[in-house]
Amino acid sequence: MNLDVLTQRSGEWLRGTGPEADIVISSRIRLARNLAEFPFVNRASDAVRAQIEDFLRERIEKLQGCRPLTYLRTSDLEPLDRQFLVERQLISREHAEDHGQCGVGLSSEENVSLMVNEEDHLRMQVLRSGMDLDAAWAEINEIDDLMEQEVAYAFDSQFGYLTACPTNVGTGIRVSVMLHLPALVATKEIQKVFQALQKIGLAVRGLYGEGSQAMGDFYQISNQVTLGKSEIDIMKSIKDVVAQILGYERRVRTALVKENRQALHDQVSRAFGILQNAQTISSEETMHLLSSVRMGVNLGLIDDVEIPTVNELFIQTQPAHLQKLRHQKLESAERNIARAAYIRQRLAENNPHTSA
Amino acid sequence: MKKCEHCSKPAVLHITELQDGSVEAHHLCESCAKEYLTQSSEPESVEVESSLSIDESDDSETAEAVPQEQPPCPNCGITFKEFRSLGRLGCAHDYSHFREELTRLIENIHSEVQHVGKVPKRQPDASRQQFDLIRLKLQLKEAIDEENYEKAAGLRDQIRQVELELRSSSPAT
Repeated sequence: MNLDVLTQRSGEWLRGTGPEADIVISSRIRLARNLAEFPFVNRASDAVRAQIEDFLRERIEKLQGCRPLTYLRTSDLEPLDRQFLVERQLISREHAEDHGQCGVGLSSEENVSLMVNEEDHLRMQVLRSGMDLDAAWAEINEIDDLMEQEVAYAFDSQFGYLTACPTNVGTGIRVSVMLHLPALVATKEIQKVFQALQKIGLAVRGLYGEGSQAMGDFYQISNQVTLGKSEIDIMKSIKDVVAQILGYERRVRTALVKENRQALHDQVSRAFGILQNAQTISSEETMHLLSSVRMGVNLGLIDDVEIPTVNELFIQTQPAHLQKLRHQKLESAERNIARAAYIRQRLAENNPHTSA
Repeated sequence: MKKCEHCSKPAVLHITELQDGSVEAHHLCESCAKEYLTQSSEPESVEVESSLSIDESDDSETAEAVPQEQPPCPNCGITFKEFRSLGRLGCAHDYSHFREELTRLIENIHSEVQHVGKVPKRQPDASRQQFDLIRLKLQLKEAIDEENYEKAAGLRDQIRQVELELRSSSPAT
């Protein structure tokens, strides 16, 4: 897979469709698995890591019969390319860092990613646009079954699937739903949501997972407990909570429009105006303005841009993406200029009124 | 006097952090220290660390009852102490070797110590049946809690059936 090709398009999960797509950006399920006969990655020598990578690469490439995956040896990629894959959510930040020989199997639609030699030998991820955990589970479960025919997983009758960190043991599942919650953030109601989630043992993180700051009002909600509950029960608890948060965000959005439609329309239109005209813009400001515009489109306040374009801009205005698009290394100030130019160009091209 | 590592004010707080086995020193002024301390309670890794330290305090209380540290894992060579400082185990065998210590730790993290969920199909039949049994018993408890006695009766019959199969498949004693 040529990464330059990826820069020209975006993953299927960004298409802005699927249930509840006005608020739910994506649904993601990850499974952590280890091979029974090898030491865990952190305890494996470089030679053993290479052995694990060779062994799993062969098996992942075999899966191609039913599901075409392209395998990339990430340890051979330039740091910029690895960062690009992180921004695209195809590999984790941890995987992008140096861990000896490692790689990833990717589907062409970018909704399947099988990471080899991350914290665990195998971390399999399936992404879907909108709120679609059932479809994500069906697919990842099938991939897991297929892999299991080829390898002996480390499994214990008490502790379930064995993982390098005991926080993942049992099912090894992490169910995450990415939500766009601008109205709850604007009214500071989001704090109540966080407190409620913490009480029931769910985690809230930013756009890029563990330790990352929430940007542009995006929050990722995921399970913490992986043992003592079935995969289906874990998914159910996330589904129930997300349904409540969606209701809450929608109620607050409706109230905001009702109470002060003019001010909200003004805020959204100004945000759009800046994005259309800025000559230099930081990543943070971009996120903030895109978030406003996204809410404005969903509330029917503006119709100058479509949701898939807004979703893509969140990803494609990130540092590694901009540098890949320009085919050159760019310093921070240069990136701000390139980002503004790219946004202006995309918004002009994708204006539903002018492009028709 | 050292300056704060975040701004130019004089550093009044000197924090030494042990994370993932490495030592990190931080020199901070009062306001940056406040921010640093409130931030550092957020990431997941800290939750792991705090779970680990809860376990450690449990250990110190029961130090007399368990006077010796477990020998290292014969498979990967990791000691329980090393695992606690790294937060990562060395191999799958550690779960058997440190079962007792890990059970306490895992209970702290997950509030449960028995896996319920998917089982590899490669597992021997008896092991899969054990899992079916655990799952059915949990469902039975739920059905009773919900006062759904019709469902409970069905589940009870299924449990009897699996128990019968397990008994007949286990070698005669």
